[in-house]
Amino acid sequence: MKLITAIIKPFKLDDVKDALKAIGVQGITVSEVRGFGRQGGHSETYRGAEYKIDFVPKVQLELVVDDEAVRTAVDAIKAAASTGKIGDGKIWITSVDRIVRIRTGEEGADAI
Amino acid sequence: MKLITAIIKPFKLDEVKEALKAAGVTGMTVSEVRGFGRQGGHSETYRGAEYKIDFVPKVRFEIVVDDNVVESVIASIKAAASTGKIGDGKIWVTSVDRLVRIRTGEEGSSAI
Amino acid sequence: MEPASLTWVLVSAALVLFMTPGLAFFYGGMDRGRNVLNMLMMNLYCVLIIPVVWMVLGYSLSQGGSGNWIGNFDWFFLKDIGVLEDNGGQLATIAFLGMFAAITPALISGAVADRMKFSAWAIFVPVWSLLVYVPVFKWVYGGWLGDRGSLDFAGGTAIHVNAGIAALAAVLVLGKRKGWPQEGHPPHSMPLVMIGTGILWFGWFGFNAGSSLAASGQAAQAFMNTFLAAAAAGLVWVITEWLRDGKPTNLGAASGIVSGLVAITPAAGYVSGGAPLAIGGIAGLVCCYAVKLKSKAGYDDALDVVGVHLVGGLVGSLLIGFFANPEFFDGSFGEGLFYGGGAGLLGEQALANLAAMVWSFIITFGIMLVLKKTIGVRVSPQDEADGLDYSQHAESAYH
Repeated sequence: MKLITAIIKPFKLDDVKDALKAIGVQGITVSEVRGFGRQGGHSETYRGAEYKIDFVPKVQLELVVDDEAVRTAVDAIKAAASTGKIGDGKIWITSVDRIVRIRTGEEGADAI
Repeated sequence: MKLITAIIKPFKLDEVKEALKAAGVTGMTVSEVRGFGRQGGHSETYRGAEYKIDFVPKVRFEIVVDDNVVESVIASIKAAASTGKIGDGKIWVTSVDRLVRIRTGEEGSSAI
Repeated sequence: MEPASLTWVLVSAALVLFMTPGLAFFYGGMDRGRNVLNMLMMNLYCVLIIPVVWMVLGYSLSQGGSGNWIGNFDWFFLKDIGVLEDNGGQLATIAFLGMFAAITPALISGAVADRMKFSAWAIFVPVWSLLVYVPVFKWVYGGWLGDRGSLDFAGGTAIHVNAGIAALAAVLVLGKRKGWPQEGHPPHSMPLVMIGTGILWFGWFGFNAGSSLAASGQAAQAFMNTFLAAAAAGLVWVITEWLRDGKPTNLGAASGIVSGLVAITPAAGYVSGGAPLAIGGIAGLVCCYAVKLKSKAGYDDALDVVGVHLVGGLVGSLLIGFFANPEFFDGSFGEGLFYGGGAGLLGEQALANLAAMVWSFIITFGIMLVLKKTIGVRVSPQDEADGLDYSQHAESAYH
């Protein structure tokens, strides 16, 4: 099992969610985060003073999937989240040693 | 590649960000989280009733880096986030199996 | 006081009371999220302590007797003030003026934001009210400055210039916020700022039009002037920053509105026609640049009390010297330069503001120094970093 973490542009959340549901992903956790990469933030002006806002709003998705579903899930996120403009985000994958469904106590692939 | 996750005191956000930029880190994600460790929260008072707030505000940093810079990045975060007082936070490192830049589809180190 | 006027003064008093929480939101939104409750509390505290101070001593010391410099103790604890004669008019006036007394120190809170100990603020407010607000109020309304012929309809000199220069003195003793100016301190909640702006504008109709202390034509003109000057100033500020910085901003519009309201305050019952547009417009333009002074001069007036209230108050007060039009009001005040009055009135306006500024600056500086040497005026660096909401009040705004 793998944990897929994706940082995307906030307005792409619905597209990515729909794309993941379409390939059969049943559960996703999202959080509102802030971040920057190569695009390096933006500037805001208050009473004429310019403030460099490094961290711009992003959405973080987390989903645990079976090893064999990783490729399709990553492809789905990539296709749905991409605008071709800088700041589209990143996806990383880490290994999950164990997963438990709290209600039933099921473990492993059954708990996904 | 490694994912470095750091939980720090919120007011140290800017210092840690600057330290990471100085260490050559070009992207990072932060989120507002709540947590407690040994300091075990704090108390707030409303209409004379004291409420124990276990989960106090914290900031979580997530950064994906190449293996060879993990030590220096941890050192930077440690130096910038430390106040010497209880509640300074934690840093942990996990292995990243795969990394994708959404816009270009680049993978691995070149996607950092 | 005849019934219509009594009604209007009472309604106006309630409108002015509402301005203090409005100011609290205006400032609180500009603050950081970890200091917003402290800001609200600093403002709320003014409407807790000042009504008491005003009833016990402030009103008597600022309006009792016929002295040039200070009142007397005749109305100590509102003694001998009845409701049978005058239909309760004096009592209504005392309540109305008490609201002004409450919001004036509250204005200073914007300058000392994010770093002043609440215990020091708790002492500062009543002491400042008695040593600075009360005498300056007396000089302007029934004392030597008013007798010389200077004009201040609703408190440009007595309130905004007075609080604005006091804010400068206070931050010079208090020092800069940690990280200012290299670290940005952008507003944490612009919607809160906009709510505060709306409440302030609403309440300001009572502040200015109520200052006729009568249901009169002058009140109607003051109302119209309050309406127009705020709009003109907001408009000019937004256009100025649009051209200068590239974008029209919410905070620019809000700041412009407040600067126009400040500027029209001293002039509201003395000018008419296009004058409020000119006064508001000039205030919007001047204040839009004045808020940049602090970074050049290096004083940390956190939320621009100097740039908006001191400068806006001076702009409005001095422009009376040009626009005052007694003929329009059938009034017995001096004529401005544009109405054939010569420079006399302008000179009196300058003198009145200078006198208020010298007194307010010196005494405020002194009060802050004494507080600094005794209980201390500043929170610890750790408390400042953790935020004043938690360190001063054991509360937090957002869970």
